[in-house]
Amino acid sequence: MLYAILCYAQEDAVSSWTKDQDDAVMQRLAVVQEKYARAGKLGPVARLLPTTAATTLRQVRGETLVLDGPFAETKEQLLGFYTVNCDNLEEAVAFARELCAANPSGGGYEIRPVGVLNPVAATL
Amino acid sequence: MSDISWIDPLVAAARPQAVAALLRYFRDLDLAEEAFQDACLRALKNWPQNGPPRDPAAWLIFVGRNAAIDMVRRRSKTAPLPDERVLSDLEDAEAALVERLDGADYRDDILRLLFVCCHPDLPATQQVALALRIVSGLSVKQIARAFLVSESAMEQRITRAKARIAAANVPFETPGPVERAERLGAVAAMVYLVFNEGYSASGGDVAMRIPLCDEAIRQSRLLLRLFPSEPEIMGLTALLLLQHARSRARFDADGAVVLLEDQDRGLWSAKMIAEGLALIDKAMRHGRPGPYQIQAAIAALHDRAARAEDTDWQQIDLLYGALEAMQPSPVITLNRAVAVSKSRGPEAALAMIEPLEPKLSGYFHYFGVKGGLLMQLGRHDEAREAFCRAIALANSPADAAHIRMHLDRLSTPAA
Repeated sequence: MLYAILCYAQEDAVSSWTKDQDDAVMQRLAVVQEKYARAGKLGPVARLLPTTAATTLRQVRGETLVLDGPFAETKEQLLGFYTVNCDNLEEAVAFARELCAANPSGGGYEIRPVGVLNPVAATL
Repeated sequence: MSDISWIDPLVAAARPQAVAALLRYFRDLDLAEEAFQDACLRALKNWPQNGPPRDPAAWLIFVGRNAAIDMVRRRSKTAPLPDERVLSDLEDAEAALVERLDGADYRDDILRLLFVCCHPDLPATQQVALALRIVSGLSVKQIARAFLVSESAMEQRITRAKARIAAANVPFETPGPVERAERLGAVAAMVYLVFNEGYSASGGDVAMRIPLCDEAIRQSRLLLRLFPSEPEIMGLTALLLLQHARSRARFDADGAVVLLEDQDRGLWSAKMIAEGLALIDKAMRHGRPGPYQIQAAIAALHDRAARAEDTDWQQIDLLYGALEAMQPSPVITLNRAVAVSKSRGPEAALAMIEPLEPKLSGYFHYFGVKGGLLMQLGRHDEAREAFCRAIALANSPADAAHIRMHLDRLSTPAA
């Protein structure tokens, strides 16, 4: 079974960490990840850019609205995610718009730029 | 995570919201600060034992409010205040408060707190000092170091600024849309001022200045979270990130200035550049360009160039042109001239800046740029004269040393 493990934390506190604190956390996470990477079990790991860089598409009365900021509703749950390599936000929005059109759930899609892929490998 | 150093970021992140809410309760900056201080002390005792609360801001507001009510009561000893929930009820009260904070207009609280720091009655240096003290919570000692003044002088400056604010009487009613937009504009300018104070390194302790840039970025991100659809706030945040990304490459080991074209681009922060570029991308979708967005776009063109010679100077020239049309200023024209010198040559650039001289006769960079252009044109005597004027106007030893290097280069062949 392939599992997705999602990381949640208080963003403004994490972004207030000093570089040393941030590096120390990354190091500790690296130790954990390495174990699973060596066993050939670890897939891609991503550290996302802050939610201030997020854009959200919502379906409201059959219309797709593009809004700034993260997906803020709490009555919906996270059901899946995509990673897609786009030239710019415009292209990512177009992709998410197609997803909205194909998906009658009435929910939404949050677009978050990926800061670093496999950040632990990047810091080592 | 029980290590006490992890409490600092939590408190720092909660500070603007907590102090802003306490200011609304007490309508007194000193009391709000004192209340927050008191709550922090309690947090230092309580959080390592019980773990940090789910919502640190709500905890600090609640505890701070009770502490301040206590203080007021002890000081005045007049009519007792209405019953307050005691600290033992903290859990319930916290939950209720969180609910109120979530739905409520804490956005306007924070904007008000930032706005009092940049009140038009305050001179720029006082605005920056006050924002660093009140919003960022830097100590008077730290701020004094950054400004290279004594602690008591800085204390006085901040006290004076607070007195002016109290006299100015910023209203506590929820602002209307026009007023809110005006406040946002003033606050954005103040955040940029804080950043430039850190970035310009015009004297003061360099080690103390980088944190000013970090603080400005933090304030800018905070504004963006409060006003997620404002393209100019996206632009401001992007601008700060894209400039700060180069900070490690801007000075060499001896503290000498390294010009953009000579910087080791490997030292630039890829993380900050990625975030800055993502924000510009987001801002552009709104199709409402503004000065911060244009300046961010210019910074992005520099950051995107893998080598200095890959810089798209023509595009930078065009962007400065757009900025000039929006905000005519001789300093912007001067910056544009630098781009022009790269795309159209030094002669065209010199022709562009010469009419600016009466307005910029006291500006270090004007004579630095002019000297550089004259040097490129082989007009060495005039270049020397311009460089000498620049040195006389330099704000920092590093700036003066940099110009002196040019002067030395000019005199070597002649000698």
